Amino acid sequence: MQITMTVNGVSHTRDVEARLLLIHFLRDELRLTGSHWGCDTSNCGACVVWLDETPVKSCTVLAAMADGRRVRTVEDLARGGRLDPVQQGFAECHGLQCGFCTPGMMMTARWLLDHHPDPSVAEIREALSGQLCRCTGYENIVRSVRWASEHEAAQPAGGDGGTGRQAGER
Amino acid sequence: MSGVIGQAVSRIDGPAKVTGSAHYSGEIALPGLAYAEIVGARVASGRITSIDTAQAEDAEGVAGILTHLNMPKVNNVPLLPSLIGGPAPGETFFPMQDDVVHYAGQPVAIVVADGLEQAQHAATLVQISYAETPSITTIDQGRADAYEPEKIFGGLMPAQTRRGNVEDGFAAADLLIDAPFRFAANHHNPIEALTTTAVWDGDQLTLYDSCQGIKAVQLTVAALLGLSPSKIRVLTRYVGGAFGAKAMVWPHVTLTALAAQYVRRPVRLALPRGQMFTSCGHREEQEQHIELGATSDGKLTAIRHHKISITSPFDDWAEPAFGVASQLYACPGFEGVHRLVRGNTMTPTFTRGPGEAVGVFTLECAMDELASELGIDPIELRLRNITDVDPNTGHPWSSYGLRECFERGARRFGWAGRNPQPRSERHGNWLIGTGMATAGYPIAFFMHTQRARAHLYADGTAIVQTATQEFGTGTSTVMTQVAADGLGIGLRDVRFEFGDTDLPNAGSPVGSNGAMMVSAAVHNAATAVRDQLITLAVSDSQSPLHGADPAGVVVAGGRMTLAGDANTGETYSSLMQRHIMSDAEAIGSWDPPPLDTPHGLLTFGAQFARVAVDADLGIIRVRHMVGAFAPGRVLNPKTARSQLMGGMLWGMSQALLEGTHMDTRHGRWANASLGDYLVPVNADAPDVDVELIEVEDHVTGPLGVKGVGEIGQVGAAAAIANAVYHATGYRVRELPIAVEHLLAHLPSGPASAAAGAQPDLT
Ligand code: FES
Ligand code: FES
Repeated sequence: MQITMTVNGVSHTRDVEARLLLIHFLRDELRLTGSHWGCDTSNCGACVVWLDETPVKSCTVLAAMADGRRVRTVEDLARGGRLDPVQQGFAECHGLQCGFCTPGMMMTARWLLDHHPDPSVAEIREALSGQLCRCTGYENIVRSVRWASEHEAAQPAGGDGGTGRQAGER
Repeated sequence: MSGVIGQAVSRIDGPAKVTGSAHYSGEIALPGLAYAEIVGARVASGRITSIDTAQAEDAEGVAGILTHLNMPKVNNVPLLPSLIGGPAPGETFFPMQDDVVHYAGQPVAIVVADGLEQAQHAATLVQISYAETPSITTIDQGRADAYEPEKIFGGLMPAQTRRGNVEDGFAAADLLIDAPFRFAANHHNPIEALTTTAVWDGDQLTLYDSCQGIKAVQLTVAALLGLSPSKIRVLTRYVGGAFGAKAMVWPHVTLTALAAQYVRRPVRLALPRGQMFTSCGHREEQEQHIELGATSDGKLTAIRHHKISITSPFDDWAEPAFGVASQLYACPGFEGVHRLVRGNTMTPTFTRGPGEAVGVFTLECAMDELASELGIDPIELRLRNITDVDPNTGHPWSSYGLRECFERGARRFGWAGRNPQPRSERHGNWLIGTGMATAGYPIAFFMHTQRARAHLYADGTAIVQTATQEFGTGTSTVMTQVAADGLGIGLRDVRFEFGDTDLPNAGSPVGSNGAMMVSAAVHNAATAVRDQLITLAVSDSQSPLHGADPAGVVVAGGRMTLAGDANTGETYSSLMQRHIMSDAEAIGSWDPPPLDTPHGLLTFGAQFARVAVDADLGIIRVRHMVGAFAPGRVLNPKTARSQLMGGMLWGMSQALLEGTHMDTRHGRWANASLGDYLVPVNADAPDVDVELIEVEDHVTGPLGVKGVGEIGQVGAAAAIANAVYHATGYRVRELPIAVEHLLAHLPSGPASAAAGAQPDLT
């Protein structure tokens, strides 16, 4: 079947199998391999992307279900050569080891900060609890999100800044 | 030294990983790529009586199917010398060589198709009939036929550890502790599933493989296929976690290579999560029984520590439970014995803190019981028994630091003034308890020669290379620091290159040895280049350093100067330009000290935990963990701390969550998914504090590194279990500790009067 979706601001039309999952469409069809696959039971969250404005586990979404919609992936976090504060936070605070969970974590963290710019540690832990990290022990992930929150508060985002963007907008 | 070693440098791979541009093994774009799916055996024991692939072959997109009927025969390869530097198959068995089924999930067919979904669908169409025979998949089922193997752990370790006379020790004891423990099997579950991409070009094979050791993959596949290692190149930079699952080289890697050869196209196999439970080993189900004898003032007189566990039909594999457990305390009598049950599972394998994480749990829970019985503070009890020499050999430790770990950990945690009485603290409905444990992890010198190449250009920048890979530990960051330090140039002027078997040899980082062995080779390569150029300078009449003692020359920022006289000197660049050198290069190598080095070799630490147990429901929340560790020299406190914190959460997970359970009716794991195999999520994680105690070590390589990969886990589960006892007054002698173990023993539970009674697990 033919589908069209806007991924990171670019429209793509493809013929796909009805059973193709969005995560595999993004990775294998569009070669956007920043989003990862890690389980078959929608537990790990390595595959989190935004569908329109909401983080989803893209292994639970058929590519066909994203027809006519906007998808935003980790490849769209940095703009104009500038890392998003969430990305800076994860790099700065060692919020990753192997990095396999990281893109999914950051997509949820970005959404969290867009809606709750100053989350408490408990709110961060709760928001990111649909996703597994096997390496870090989570402590540095929490610090990374706090780092991003504090830096965004200190330097409110400009036109291409970190917050309030719509999925797929340039 | 430029001082860049020991700095909290941010990860060099951070930018690639936060932008999604770091490529893992399943992300290599290749024209004509096909996808493979393994069909696993449905039964745990028996024979394949018929296998019909006709319907699957007709399915859309299918490129080819291999079964035991058309699979090429491979060579037999033993488990040893394994990670010492030879082929390292995870089990001596290789599937699809005949019709026999040894364990459920054993690969019996591999289906290749144009698309992933097509391969997955076609795999369901392969029709297989089995003649099933009875299986043994738990210790209980095979206990009657348990045996004492000669060696365990793939032949690396003896199955018994003895010193002194335990009977004399027990006779001299005033008090005995006798405690049996049970442990569920564990699966590593790195978030990146094991993934292999195989590409043939004529008789040349290239593999992209999510592994802990690209050299081990190269040598194993070469040995199985009877190819020269020079025909195989493994390219792997980034790996999505490993924890032991990717240390040995499992059959699916070679199966993928054979499938690619069969369909004459590049083939990718990513194990589905469910197959991760039957494809890359596990920590075996086990029981440990410990008996302690001690005098009334708390001095240990004897330890008897027995383990029984289940292994595969082909290999005598048990995690070694008594390495560290026999070394921590100066007890005159020690007896450790491993016994095995042969069962219908695959061969178990290294799982983070292999053996020691479980053996030390047993010992440290028993020590806590002893402290309670004697009314001695748990730290004081340990201080009365620790030793400055390895009690097994009498050799002094290569470096120690355990006393400082107790001291600093206790201070950070707020241990002083603890009320030893169980159930003495309650906040609302939460029973609060605290516990501690000693941690130790061996320094394993079983690798062979490590090599690295340092290549310095005349502009003062360098490339340093070795055949290692980054699976999250921070090796690419730390090795950049070590290279910059050895060369005496800035961090930004070094590019560390890795992830290619064509580079100089590096062993598989296992047993926490990665930082130690790779840094030794990198450091030696870098300093060799530095020394070449210093030698050239002091013998060059045009150099300001002419005639100087080479040992009195230091380098920083690419400039060689006299120590103590920064004005006398010149840069590498000026020297090299004058000599019309475009570059300088050296191979550095490092061999571990001999195995009989007269030193005790352990890394030490101390773990502390505070838990809260719901007085009605038995729910356990870990509130705070403190770990104090003495890992030798700390190359980068950011990466080291992160490793240790991650390890401590593994300890929490070991204590409270992780267990794979066998459905004995079918001989299959009952909870083979990330929905049913529980690991901690963010909201489960406690506050974690890490104290680093640097100790000088002159035995473990030129930099004195001991390792941080596993010690964070060791002892953590025991500290939690001891805290659960302190909170509730009840000792659970089974992992993972679950609500159902505690329910009957809570203040408001049905049998609260029985609190303190011991479970009968014998
Ligand atoms: S791949 Fe695990 S939740 Fe999507
Ligand atoms: S960094 Fe490895 S899974 Fe999170």
